[in-house]
Amino acid sequence: MSDKKTKYQEVAYYPGCALEGSGHAYNRSTREVGKALGLKLKEVENWNCCGAMEVKNIDPKIQTYLSSRVLSIAANEMDMDVVMAPCNGCYHNLKKAEYDLEKDAKSVAVVDKLSRKAGHDSYQAGQVETIHALDWIKQTIGEEGLKERVKNSLDGMKIANYYGCMYTRPRHIFPEKDQGPGSESTSKPHFMDDLLDAAGAESVDFPLKTACCGGAHTLSDSDTSTRLVLNILQTAEAAGAEVIATECPTCHSGLEMHQIRAEKTLGVKTGVKILYFTQLLGMALGLKPKKVGVHENISDSISYLKEKGLA
Amino acid sequence: MRPIEQIGDRIQELISKASSANAASELLTLGEEVLEHWVTAKGKPPTDDQREGFRLLALHRQGSGGDPSFNACRETCRELVYHYNLVTLEPEHPEFSKRLQMMGLVANHLFLFVSGKMETQQLGDFCCASKPLHSELN
Repeated sequence: MSDKKTKYQEVAYYPGCALEGSGHAYNRSTREVGKALGLKLKEVENWNCCGAMEVKNIDPKIQTYLSSRVLSIAANEMDMDVVMAPCNGCYHNLKKAEYDLEKDAKSVAVVDKLSRKAGHDSYQAGQVETIHALDWIKQTIGEEGLKERVKNSLDGMKIANYYGCMYTRPRHIFPEKDQGPGSESTSKPHFMDDLLDAAGAESVDFPLKTACCGGAHTLSDSDTSTRLVLNILQTAEAAGAEVIATECPTCHSGLEMHQIRAEKTLGVKTGVKILYFTQLLGMALGLKPKKVGVHENISDSISYLKEKGLA
Repeated sequence: MRPIEQIGDRIQELISKASSANAASELLTLGEEVLEHWVTAKGKPPTDDQREGFRLLALHRQGSGGDPSFNACRETCRELVYHYNLVTLEPEHPEFSKRLQMMGLVANHLFLFVSGKMETQQLGDFCCASKPLHSELN
């Protein structure tokens, strides 16, 4: 058994704010897939916001502190070695905090000061490893393990895997990526492709895997977000996809909402379905659509899933 | 340099009508023009240099200098170059039309990303590698 396979069997789970709101289906499906695969999640106790995007714009050191508190609880209060964050924003921010605390003395000083003030141990770089839900499943179960466990193959399902902008950027905060065979690529990520293909799906060649969805501008400049999303949807369809698989709650909500908005404001209808990769894996493992929160999605994919024999 | 809106209009025309390898060269040039707008708006003269044989990649590098969030379109630029190579090196390929259409859609994404970013620049960048507002203010 590889180190990671053993190490990731039980991880501290950091759902983050989005997974308790608009991304609840991602939370539900991640937990259910974990259960179905026999993997253990221990939710980080009394967790807080990672600092998301807004705090970082006001003061990046506050974001570093907020993320470090989550890591500190996992390491110092729960005695965990690994924190798993399915949300790309949270994953990115925890990785960034780790990087800052390893490389930047000023960040260490701010985190020490604020941790003392808040009354908890300061997080020290290297105490825990932060991973994404994709790493978690890929390293513990892998493609062969998934193939053995598939009950309802995704056979005949053509999928565009959409990773979004935060899973791979900036490259320097992900030192484990681009390390050759077996590691994730920052220019052409493939972990989601690997897992869904193992579940029977066909991943199409999708050139906008890591392109911007306009998620962060959805309130300040909705029209741009709608046009960016529409272009992603149309590109996926042109690539032959019936489904876009997502791994980020911001991207997922943006794709769903702007798919509707594009039809209303631009008069352009697209039919591609939008599902979290964990929902697709869950159904492949034999879970019912409701169990993985398909009813919580905004876009309606039930009739499509029925056609495919998954609902 | 034509207005950025006209670049978007021309890309749309090419997505729906393009059928020859010449369109690939035009889409690549349109991508360069999009980046020229960005670089010019940043107060720099757009470079004529090339990186890995493409001016587009040199312009992207120039445009991302001092603005890490601009890297969010790095792979889009590379995909544009990749599709240009696919279309021009294999004009007889059975998927030629599909490849050309994909190139148009990728060029469109670059246009939408950059033109959108130019509109909201003053609001601050709420992007993955954003630069904090307070550092601008200090």
